[in-house]
Formats: sequence, C-alpha cells, structure tokens
Amino acid sequence: MSTRDLFTFSNRHFSIGVGVTAAILIVTAIAGFVVLPFAQPWVQFAGVWDAICSAAGLPQRAPKVIAPEQGKRLSEVVLTSGTLSRPSQEAIGRGATLAQRCAICHGPTGISRADSPNLAGQYAAVIYKELHDFRSGARTNAVMSPFAVNLADEEIADLSNYYAYLPRLPAYHPTPQLPKPNIVIYGAPMRGIAPCGSCHGSLDNKTGSPWLEGQSEAYMKAQLKAFASDERHNDISQQMRNIARAMSPQEIEAAAAYYASQPPDIVKAVD
Amino acid sequence: MLVNRKLILAHFWLAFGVFGVALTLGAWQMFIRSPIGTWLSNPELYYRSLTAHGTVMGYVFPTLVAMGFGYAIAESALEQRLVGVRWAWTGFWLIVVGSVMAVIPIALGRASVLYTFYPPLIGNLFYYLGVVLVVVGSWIWVALMSINLRVWRKAHPGAPVPLAMFANVAGSYLWAWTAVGAALELLLQIIPVAAGLKNTIDAGLARIFFSWTLHAIVYFWLMPTYIAYYTIVPRAIGGRVYSDAMARISFILFLVVAMPIGMHHTFADPQVGAGFKFIHSAFTALVALPTLLTVFTICASVEIAARLRGGRGMFGWIRALPWDNPMMLALAFSFVMLGFGGAGGLINMSYQLDTTIHNTQWITGHFHLIFGGAIVIMYFAIAYDLWPHLTGRELVDIRLIRTQLWLWFIGMIVTTFPWHWVGILGMPRRMAYFDFSDPAIAPQALSVTFSVIGGFILLASGIMFIIILARGMRAPQADAGAYRFALAVHQPTTVPVALNTHALWVALMIALTITNYGYPILNLATAAGTSVPAVYVGAQ
Ligand code: HEM
Ligand SMILES: [Cu+2]
Repeated sequence: MSTRDLFTFSNRHFSIGVGVTAAILIVTAIAGFVVLPFAQPWVQFAGVWDAICSAAGLPQRAPKVIAPEQGKRLSEVVLTSGTLSRPSQEAIGRGATLAQRCAICHGPTGISRADSPNLAGQYAAVIYKELHDFRSGARTNAVMSPFAVNLADEEIADLSNYYAYLPRLPAYHPTPQLPKPNIVIYGAPMRGIAPCGSCHGSLDNKTGSPWLEGQSEAYMKAQLKAFASDERHNDISQQMRNIARAMSPQEIEAAAAYYASQPPDIVKAVD
Repeated sequence: MLVNRKLILAHFWLAFGVFGVALTLGAWQMFIRSPIGTWLSNPELYYRSLTAHGTVMGYVFPTLVAMGFGYAIAESALEQRLVGVRWAWTGFWLIVVGSVMAVIPIALGRASVLYTFYPPLIGNLFYYLGVVLVVVGSWIWVALMSINLRVWRKAHPGAPVPLAMFANVAGSYLWAWTAVGAALELLLQIIPVAAGLKNTIDAGLARIFFSWTLHAIVYFWLMPTYIAYYTIVPRAIGGRVYSDAMARISFILFLVVAMPIGMHHTFADPQVGAGFKFIHSAFTALVALPTLLTVFTICASVEIAARLRGGRGMFGWIRALPWDNPMMLALAFSFVMLGFGGAGGLINMSYQLDTTIHNTQWITGHFHLIFGGAIVIMYFAIAYDLWPHLTGRELVDIRLIRTQLWLWFIGMIVTTFPWHWVGILGMPRRMAYFDFSDPAIAPQALSVTFSVIGGFILLASGIMFIIILARGMRAPQADAGAYRFALAVHQPTTVPVALNTHALWVALMIALTITNYGYPILNLATAAGTSVPAVYVGAQ
C-alpha cells in the first residue's frame, strides 16, 4: 500500500475521485463563465471571451464619461493617521511663532475670547485639514481665508502641531455643565445619525473630526446650520452635512449648548 | 488507553473556562442591545465585548475542544501512547499565551475589530499576534495527529485505520489548510499595517483571504461533533455504526468540498467576479452531501440500536430508544437544530436569497443555531462521555446532565428563532444600539425580548455544564474501563488504500483551492490602486 498505487488511473478511487471533481468543475465553470453571463439580456458582451473576462472579475475600462462640472471647491486634503505623527520640538517652536498672528481671534493661549473656535489642544489633523481647506477655498470665511492663503505647507503643519501641543484649558466664560441630550447620547439611528461622540472624541475619534467640548455655542450652531444648508461643504463625502441636514433645529440648539458647557478635559487623552 | 489525561483535561478545562466567560459576554450583549436593557451610551464597550465573544467562541474554544478530543482519540483509538507529549504541551501553552495576548488589547479597547478583523479597520498589533499564536499552537496539534497516525501505521502495516482517528486526522488537515487563508491575510496584509510598516491595506483582497478560512473553519468546528455522531453515539446507546465506508466517505467529502466554497461569504463584494461566485455557490450545494450521508447513516445506526433493544414497526422503534441516556438526548437535539439550521443555510448559499438576509440578524441567528446549538451540544456530550475516563471518577448527576441538555436545546430555540425572524424583517447585525421606541422597529421589540430570555436560559445551562464537570472532578473514584469507540455492523478487515489514507483527498482539496481561489487572488494582488488608508481603532 503506497501512494504509488493510489495516484494512478488504474486505481478506481483515484479515477472516480479526480474525474468527478474535474467534471463538476468544468460544468460549473461553463455555466458560470459562459451560459449565465449570456442569460442576462440586459448585459451586452462583445463575444465569448468578453463574457468570460467579465465573469472572472477582470477590471474593465468604463466607457468614457465626462465627470460633471464641480460647481464648488471640495476638500482635497488627504489625511492618514501618519500625516502629522511625532512632531519635533523645533516644529512646535516654529508653530508658536507663526501662531502669534492667530492670537487676536483665537486667544493667546488658544482659548478664544470672541466666538472663534478654541484651538488649544485640538487634534493636529483637524487644524491641518481646516487650514488647507481655507487655503484652497474649499472652506471660506471673510476673516480666516486671507490668513490662510499665504501659508506654506510646512507652516500649516507647524501650526497644527503647535496648537495640538497646547494644554486644553477651560472656555473663557465657562457655563454650568448641562446634561447630555438624546441627540448626543444616541444620535438618531433611524435618521442615520450616529452619536456625536463616535467621531468627535468622547467615544472615538475619526481622523479629521474635532473634539468639541467648550467651543463657543454660537460658533457651533452657525457651523451646523452652514453644513445643513450646504453653505459649508468641506466635509469629506458629506459626512457632517448628511448629519446636520437630518437634525432638527431643536437638536442643533441642544447639541451646541451641551458641548459649549463641557470642560475640555473630558476628551480622551491623545496618544 | 488514555495515558496523558492531564493534557486532555487541560485542553478541555481551558476550552470550557473561556467558553463560560464568552457565554456571559454573549448574554450581556443580547441584553444590552434589547428593549429591556438600558443603553450604556458607549458603543465601543459593546464592540469590545463582541470582539472578545467572537474571538473566543470562533477561534479559541472550538480549537481547544478539537485538540483535546484529538489527543484522546489518538491514544484510545490507536491504543498507543501519544508521541510528542512535550510538543503537545508547547501547543497548549502557545494557545494560553496567545489568548492572553489577544484579550488584553481587546479589554483595553485597542482591538475592537471583531473576530473577522474587518480591514481596513486596524487594531493593536498584539491582538493579531495573539491570534497567530493560537493558530500556531493548533498547527502543532495537526502535526502531532499526522505523526501519531504514521507511527501507528508502521506498527500495523496495511491495517484499517480506526474510523475515529481517520476522521480526526481528516479534520486536522482541513484545519491546517483552511487556516492558511487567514494566516496570509494576517501576515501579508494586516500585521504589516498594525506594526506601522505600511498605512494602506487592500481590503478586498483581505476579505478574499478571510473567506478562504471562513467556510472550512465551520467544518473544523463541526468535526468533533461528526466524530461523536459516528463513533460515540452508537456505542453509548448500544448500537453499531451502519456503515464504516459511508462514514469514511463523508469525512473525505468534507476535506474536498469544504474548502473551495468560501466566496459564498462575499456574494455582496464587488471585487469578485460573478463567475467565481457561481462556482463557489455550486460547490456549496455539494457540501450538503456529506451531511445528508451522515444523517442517513446515523439514523440507520440508531435504528439498529432500537431494534436490538426490541423496537418494532416502521416508526415504533423510535420509542424503544434509550431516551434517558444523555447521549441519545444530545444527538436528537443536535439533529433537530442541524435540520433547522441546514434549512436556513440553503437560503444563505443561494445568491439571490442571500441578498435579503445578508448582514442581518438572520446570520447571527443561523450560526448560533448550527454552531452554538447543533455543534456545541455535542461538545457537551463528548465531555460527559470522556469525563469518567479522564478523571477516574463517575459522573453521578445524570438527571442534572439531562436537564442541562434540555435547557441548552430550549434556550437555543427560544434565542435563535426570533433572532432569525427579526433578521428577515431587516434588523442589521453587529449593531450596538436599537431605538425600539421608533415606530419603524417597535414591532421587533417583542421578538428581541424573547431572544434575551433564551439567552439567559443558555447562560444558566452553560453554568450547569461547568458545575457538573467540576463536581465530576470530586466524585468518588470509579474505574470507567478502557475508552472505546463504536463498532461498525461490518467491522472492516481491509480498507481500500484511498479510504485508509488522506493523500488523494488532500491533493484534491488543494487543487480545488487553486482553481477556485487562484485567479481571484492573483487578479486582486496585481491590480493597482486597490488599497485604501487603514482606519486605526482608538487613534486620535
Ligand atoms: C457556544 C455558543 C456560542 C458560540 C459558538 C457563539 C459564537 C459567536 C460568534 C462567532 C459571534 C460573532 C461575533 C461577531 O459578529 O463578530 C457571536 C455573536 C454574538 N453572540 Fe454568540 N456564540 C455563542 C453563544 C451565545 C449566546 C448563548 C448568546 C446569548 C446569550 C450569544 C449572543 C451573541 C450576540 C448578541 C452576538 C452579537 C450579534 C451582533 O451584534 O451581530 N452568543 N457569537
Ligand atoms: Cu460559509
């Protein structure tokens, strides 16, 4: 009894085993690659080979379609988790120098005294993306855009790292902490709204989404409304617009008021 | 001749210990996402639990049962001491270390990627390394099964390999080959990203590698159960195996057709050609064959037992069966669940019908019924049957054992039937929270609540199981005699070489993997622009 007696067509088990397996394979292959493709009257094939290639999953060149003209500029920033990792002390120092011109609105410690966003301790990727978007015109603001247009790539990276490095301080006018409204806890699953925290840091952070605790209420409300009306459109794949559109005005109020009243130290620590 | 009892007991205790923990997590998951639980506001905790539950129940628990049972078979069916005991312990400890290594990042929320890995989601490196260690530990077992059989063959040239060992080795080869898919996915794709060497991943290709593992792993889970059907149940109820050859053919068929069918898990994936989906679907239909053969052979074997006990008539013999015997109960429950689960499986394997239930709770209902039900209830039966031989003590709580099996059966039906139903209504799986106050899904609240009740019945049954085994360790000593497997009606004296060795069938298994997976893998591996940025769990 050796494998030599087994792997030979004079062994009945071998010939039947291999024969039946091969037969099934051939029949199913013919059915799957030739018969069934042609059984779909709504698909046109140039010939048998074309049908086989299609059924095999060979990528096919799409017919030339001209992409629709984009009316608005969209964000072109590519963010990966490696975009800004491990800044050097020098980079942070350069960022600090550059940031002096931002202090008039965003505050000398990165905490705004007006209704501009607080930047102290914001995720670096967020500042990086917004500055790029202001520079490219994907996001516009009468005050902010002129500051951004002249920034070089490296300056944007340095500023991002500097602000991310600053400690998270309480808001300039802290208000009593409000309880979590339902829209923040649960989102609204039936309207496709996830809990805010699943991107914005308190549960998890999705790269490019800011943490929101202690930001100005007026600012957040304005941004949500801008997203909902498409006036602001630099969110990639409409992630935030889809949510803001589905929110009721009351929910926008409640979410903005809730986040404005939170101290920033409840945000998850950065690695 | 069970010599290395400590080794086998260690595998079983670790298996049932982690099973107990994962079962508790399962019941908690069931509860917390139901209308009677209060939402804990943090979906991340749910996914931690789900990752732990899936990883333990899918990888660690069944692998340990197959290994422990495999060592028991090698010693008792071959009637020789296990060769390579030190290696066996090495494999065991690799699994211990791997499990701990995987569980720590899960518990810390650094690896909530679910047990199917879900690329481009990337978790902590140590989670994946832990899973790799578990697999490597099990590969040692595969090698030992093969070596032990070879040693036996040398001593018994030309003799028929005992059925239990023949099937056991078939299962180990199936596992060795099917694990290669996930191993390739981990080593070539996920681990380089988790280790920071790359930051993009070809998610489509990774899914294909995983599907290579995902179907045949199911049959690896199933193997101990089928071995128990053929070689334990007939002996335990006083019958004989209807046909030894039929049994061998079933196990051989599992080797050949369990492998090249995994793409039925990727019917909804755009990166796979429809032609390959069709081939995989057609081969999936063939895998029903060994199961039908088994159901037939086992029913015939059971009938033999009944008639030996004086059963008469077309169906009258059913009454003559030893219904108070736990093994008989377990078999009956297992078959009922296998029947319902198999019927559901027909829907999953059909391209068009699958679209209606893809990624819904139907799927989780389905595999809990088959895996948690039909398969795991036989794991219980195996443990009960082996325990007196491993501990040298009698299991005295026969009534408690029967109650435990009944509860598992009832619990599983109560859990999974409504689970299937809400899936048909469209309830998605792997969701941490459902707002049952919303009119769109409010009608499902009742069904989900039933599932929760079933889940707690299962938890109670699982706890009873562990208590019975633990009490069995302290019962009065009693010699259970040698551990024996069922004999066939016609116990073979010679077996054709093809039915006594695995080489031909392993060769066919590999050949079909190449024909059914080769081109899709090559195509995706060589196509440009198919990688996407990784998404890191817990990254800021
Ligand atoms: C031996 C028994 C069991 C086995 C083998 C098993 C296995 C599994 C596996 C592999 C998963 C998939 C995890 C994933 O989707 O990532 C899962 C999910 C799950 N299991 Fe189990 N399980 C068992 C028992 C139970 C029990 C008894 C319960 C309830 C009491 C339960 C509740 C759940 C729940 C709720 C999910 C998640 C479904 C979802 O959210 O999609 N499991 N189980
Ligand atoms: Cu499958």
